[in-house]
Amino acid sequence: MDTAHTQEFKKHIRTYILVFVALLALTIITVTISTLHLSVPAAITVALIIATIKSSLVASYFMHLISEKKLIFLALLITVVFFVALMWLPIFAHSDPIIYKNVP
Amino acid sequence: MSTNHSSHTLEAVPHVDLHPHEELPFWRKYIFSTDHKVIGIQYGITSLIFLFFGFSLMMLMRWQLAYPGEALPILGKLFGDERMPDGIMLPEFYNQLGAMHGTIMVFLGVVPLAVGAFGNYVVPLQIGAPDMAFPKLNMASYWAYFTGGIVMLASFFIPGGSAQSGWTSYPPLSDVTVPGLWGGQTWWLIGMVFLISSSLLGSMNFIVTIIQLRTKGLTFMRLPFFVWAQFVTSFLLLLAFPPLEAAGVLQLMDRVAGTSFFLPSGLMVSGQILPNTGGGNPLLWQHLFWFLAHPEVYVLILPALGIVAEIIANNTRKPLWGYKSLVFAVIFLGFMSFIVWAHHMFLTGMGTAISAFFQTTTMIISIPSVIILSALFISLHGGSIRFNTPMLFALAFLPMFGIGGLTGLPLGLAASDIPLHDTYYVIGHFHYVVAPGTIFGLFAGIYYWFPKITGRRMNEKLGKIHFWGSFVCMNLIFFPMLIQGLAGVSRRLYDGGQQYAHAQSVLYLNEVMSIAAWVMAIFQLFFIVNFFWSRRKGEKVSANVWEATTLEWAATTSPPLAHGNFSKIPEVHHGPYEYSVPGQVKDYLPQNELAKA
Amino acid sequence: MEIPYTITARPDTGLFNAKLGVWLFLTSEVMLFGALFTTYILLRVGAPTWPHGELDVPLATLNTAVLITSSITMVMAWASLVLKEWKKHKLYLAATILLGVAFLVIKAFEYGHHFAEGELPNKSTFLAIYFTLTGLHGLHVIGGMIVNSYLFFMGGKMWKTQPERFTNRIEVAGLYWHFVDLVWIFLFPVLYLL
Repeated sequence: MDTAHTQEFKKHIRTYILVFVALLALTIITVTISTLHLSVPAAITVALIIATIKSSLVASYFMHLISEKKLIFLALLITVVFFVALMWLPIFAHSDPIIYKNVP
Repeated sequence: MSTNHSSHTLEAVPHVDLHPHEELPFWRKYIFSTDHKVIGIQYGITSLIFLFFGFSLMMLMRWQLAYPGEALPILGKLFGDERMPDGIMLPEFYNQLGAMHGTIMVFLGVVPLAVGAFGNYVVPLQIGAPDMAFPKLNMASYWAYFTGGIVMLASFFIPGGSAQSGWTSYPPLSDVTVPGLWGGQTWWLIGMVFLISSSLLGSMNFIVTIIQLRTKGLTFMRLPFFVWAQFVTSFLLLLAFPPLEAAGVLQLMDRVAGTSFFLPSGLMVSGQILPNTGGGNPLLWQHLFWFLAHPEVYVLILPALGIVAEIIANNTRKPLWGYKSLVFAVIFLGFMSFIVWAHHMFLTGMGTAISAFFQTTTMIISIPSVIILSALFISLHGGSIRFNTPMLFALAFLPMFGIGGLTGLPLGLAASDIPLHDTYYVIGHFHYVVAPGTIFGLFAGIYYWFPKITGRRMNEKLGKIHFWGSFVCMNLIFFPMLIQGLAGVSRRLYDGGQQYAHAQSVLYLNEVMSIAAWVMAIFQLFFIVNFFWSRRKGEKVSANVWEATTLEWAATTSPPLAHGNFSKIPEVHHGPYEYSVPGQVKDYLPQNELAKA
Repeated sequence: MEIPYTITARPDTGLFNAKLGVWLFLTSEVMLFGALFTTYILLRVGAPTWPHGELDVPLATLNTAVLITSSITMVMAWASLVLKEWKKHKLYLAATILLGVAFLVIKAFEYGHHFAEGELPNKSTFLAIYFTLTGLHGLHVIGGMIVNSYLFFMGGKMWKTQPERFTNRIEVAGLYWHFVDLVWIFLFPVLYLL
């Protein structure tokens, strides 16, 4: 590997360390927020937003998704669609059930 | 081997199997082999044995259904007092047979034969690849399947007997029947974890192989339809199986660790409240199960469709009609199959809005199925058809799958599903899809690729006896089920419906179906004899016996080279079904040959 | 005949085989944990009450930090190979494995504490899903550690003969390891904080 390339790559390593620091900071933030005793919907929203940010950081930089090939995104896109279908499952199971309607 | 990379590779790769000059010990060559052809044959033989075993379980059940409470002569005594005292079948044993027949046929028989055997053997050859992308993983997936099969079989011999809550294993019944480690259901779950892992490894391997190892010139739109079918199937396996694995883990926790994932509060079992904490949801299992099991239906059917498409194109000596629409239909089918699962659950108290959603998606998914079937039917038009054994099976597949598909429509509509749910109508419907449908497709595949694997062709006369016998018997077994189902006979009755007034007028059909099933077993003997006889004594044929165009015939010898597939990696110049191209010398143009200008 | 594209990328896809393979494997893992999260949501929505503060948050926060650190060491283990710094690679990979051990030890303390208090999976729906999710995640950690240890001890020989292929292997093992981290990033708030 030539030196120009090496220099370029060392920039990547600085990014990794920044991401690492950000992840630790976000962990502390999410724990701190949880001690504030927000209302349940607010707490869930905040915690999941932070978790999503953290996981996108991991996926984008540690798993270098940010510079990944199209095909991987295609596979992930399909998965996301079916994952959403799966996440709808509790709604299917709970909302609009016939059995509860006729119970006094 | 001039580049730097290749010399590296040669020194270090432990895949000795790829080097033709090295002779492997017997166990590496035939047992723990990493060669996709050997693994394909291993899958094939194992799954055929399981298919026959699963069929035998059903033949036993058919005795009880035809002659309830009567002792089974001669054989009955063999099963022991805890199963068949004095040759009379106990209800528990009947339930075990029912649950295991379904499980073995689907997970140990048809899927491994369709995907494991045909996929493994044919796909790398059809795409001009030297092997699967991950040969060791391929071996691991076969042995995971094998272990899962052994666990399932062993469960018959544990104290509690095998699983007996149906192949769908609905809780709470499956949670509370013989709980703990010595209940067959626990073994069923452990077996399933192995089978699911095997499928996951296999499907990942197929997708990578098809995407990465296609030979030069073989674009996606030049892939044989069989490869497309396997490709979509692999995605279904990859993404639909994990939710069932999760559900299996949860049920395992319920049965072994005493949790209540699927047990509601205050559940009464045998007149007593269950001591578990409750708070679980039995419907959760059904959702997770059908999230897999509906795509699984297409896992069962798509490879067979692929085989049938290959054989029809070959024996009509015409290109398939509408190759592109076939491809897009199969992709759309795979996609839609993930969002129809709750049509199995109309009777669980889902609301009307959700039922409406799922019946709409179900009606939509019938469109690509009809496109595929129509395209295959139209492909027959104007062909000079060769009626050999594989073609007969492929032709019979079309109307049989058609009946199976059309009888599914009333089940997909919530209103008509209510009276038909859990009756023999359902059994008739899906057996029409899977037995004279998929299994005929698989038989077609065996007759078609047998010369590829052995260099000999199977006997036509025995093959035709096998075909006509099976064809008639299949219909005699499954059509009466539709009639019984419309009369309202439930699918899970131990005595076939003796107790019910509404069943009386159709009870005589039980005997008809049972006798047809046993006669069909006799016709399968023709296949078994043919298989072994042809292996040794069959007529030797040329490498391209069917004068086909796809790479597995065009570019390899029959049987293919022991290690590595091609003496020279082929290059593809055109689409997969160039039959009867005007201006050519032959009536077929192999994919790797240039057309004469 | 060699299997192509084990080292170099196939031109039209831009990927080597194992990378595509591991991503596909991860998609199936997404579905596996997705199903379990769905279960969690369904059970929680259906439960009349849901316990709060039963778990040891400081210990779990420490564990989160441990796992995140192991992710960065894994990335560095790969980066050192790209920069051809073998010694550094060994160091980082060893650190990754040891951090995995640390994670499991801390988890074992947590489990031991629960068992001592009689908080077993069959005591409540919450404990049931807690043990199932963390247990399955723990199995994934063990799986990753086995792979990393293989690459550390036996697998490392490949570096001398096929450096590119070994770098690929570390990259692929890293992808899996980061995914395990990623799952924990969701498990931590869902089980401990909410």
